[in-house]
Amino acid sequence: MIPVCALGEIHPGEAVRLDGEPPISVFNANGELYAIDDTCTHQDASLADGWLEGCLIECPLHASCFDLRTGEPTGPPAKVGVRTHEVVVQDGHVYVVVAPVPAVT
Amino acid sequence: MRTITVVGASIAGLSAARALRAQEFAGRIIVIGDETHEPYDRPPLSKGFLDGSASLDDITLSTPDDKLLDIDWRLGSKAAALDTSARAVVLETGERVVTDGVVLATGARAREMPGPAGVHTLRTLNDAIALKEALKQGGSLVVIGAGFIGAEVASTARQLGLDVTVVEALPTPMAGPLGTQMGQVCADLHRRNGVRLITGVPVAALLGDDRVRAVLLADGREIPADAVVVGIGAIPNVEWLRGSGLAIEGGVVTDARCVTTVPNVVAVGDCASAFNEHAGCVLRLEHWTSAVQQPKIAAAGLLGRTSVHAARFSVPYFWSDQYGSHLQFAGHRRDGDVAEIVEGSPDGPFAAVYRRDSRPVAVLAVDQPRVFGRWRRELASEGVLS
Ligand SMILES: Cc1cc2nc3c(=O)[nH]c(=O)nc-3n(C[C@H](O)[C@H](O)[C@H](O)COP(=O)(O)OP(=O)(O)OC[C@H]3O[C@@H](n4cnc5c(N)ncnc54)[C@H](O)[C@@H]3O)c2cc1C
Ligand code: FES
Repeated sequence: MIPVCALGEIHPGEAVRLDGEPPISVFNANGELYAIDDTCTHQDASLADGWLEGCLIECPLHASCFDLRTGEPTGPPAKVGVRTHEVVVQDGHVYVVVAPVPAVT
Repeated sequence: MRTITVVGASIAGLSAARALRAQEFAGRIIVIGDETHEPYDRPPLSKGFLDGSASLDDITLSTPDDKLLDIDWRLGSKAAALDTSARAVVLETGERVVTDGVVLATGARAREMPGPAGVHTLRTLNDAIALKEALKQGGSLVVIGAGFIGAEVASTARQLGLDVTVVEALPTPMAGPLGTQMGQVCADLHRRNGVRLITGVPVAALLGDDRVRAVLLADGREIPADAVVVGIGAIPNVEWLRGSGLAIEGGVVTDARCVTTVPNVVAVGDCASAFNEHAGCVLRLEHWTSAVQQPKIAAAGLLGRTSVHAARFSVPYFWSDQYGSHLQFAGHRRDGDVAEIVEGSPDGPFAAVYRRDSRPVAVLAVDQPRVFGRWRRELASEGVLS
């Protein structure tokens, strides 16, 4: 489990990015927290810089939208999903349980 | 509506087919496209595909999910006419595809400048394959036109080690979309990256017998060239619609919902001159994002539904990658609008906002996606301009 920040530090509609390898971002979508890999699968944009609408995060560069619940893109140009990670809130702190890196096929 | 025929099998056409299914159209979808390739993405043709970092597979648009769309693909077929009274798309072969609804998505083609071998344009995958081969030979490249495609080709060729000169007839590149002040910033990008930029001089002729050897400028200068790329704009593919009764002004004229002047015919993407609510006028946009967004609105229109498209769909948006920088522009600039840098400085990452009487109307950013996004959002909430 990686610590992220205090619960109150992620405001609704915003994101906190963890600069790990790879970077992961935690989004607050109307009170629900979601964690996904931060780097868009199309090019190199940071999804934390994107436009959050409901459960969809729109990439700031070419506007592919990713569903925060599944990590799947809903439209082009991205064709591959991002990993989703489990978010745990304990004693007012937010943590992320990093999902395993999928095997390259 | 039982059958809908989409003409044009590129990003707008594929997006239309996807949108029709997403909006629960269960009838037959036929997609007619004159290229033989599966739909592919054009923006990488001047960027990653040209420099070799993106493969054909990477730029293919279809995903495994598209198999479920159940589309009747007619690739390698060219539509020659639209018979609106008999509700049919007539193919070049004479075959008539009878249909209840039509989505026009025939895009645009590169404007050409006649010349000997070695003179390229860049619009299609075949063009890109040919140009990639030419750039492999190295040497000197002259790019005619400092618009977005010209600038990107120059950037890629420079990165590949070619000696690059860009020739632009206007005094400032991209002054149309960006204005002279910001156009100048783009001009500096070329110079800072070792590309020669000659502005304010038209090309008089392309010299060479079997192969191009130089570009002759109107002031008598001769620029030696092993290859030439002509990037002087695009022409909408709408000639085939002559006589169909559709209003055509540049592209096929539509309202803000992509509906044309003929019932059950919608037009999307580069071939459409659509009323734009943000700009308050008809615009034929050659932006990838419009070609993805308009089909969602058009599909709803064709199926008789009201579209729930987000307000930001009406704010034009495009990006360009040059010399390792991401350029982004949203909104619609007119002469008289004043650009002001709101973040950074023009020799590094920056964002500039264009205002008309203090009201923001457009935003340009270089390597500032976050600031850009904030302003793009702001523009979307500003509503209709006049
Ligand atoms: C090299 C390049 C780089 C670009 N980079 C960017 C960028 O960085 N950012 C950006 O926003 N935009 C960019 N664009 C623009 C973007 O690609 C276009 O806006 C987009 O492709 C428009 O999609 P479309 O489907 O409307 O038209 P098109 O992609 O032009 O597709 C139209 C299709 O219809 C076919 N067709 C035409 N006539 C007929 C007919 N009679 N019958 C059957 N088929 C027909 C054509 O052959 C073509 O396959 C770039 C374009 C190019 C060429
Ligand atoms: S980098 Fe995200 S869509 Fe292109």
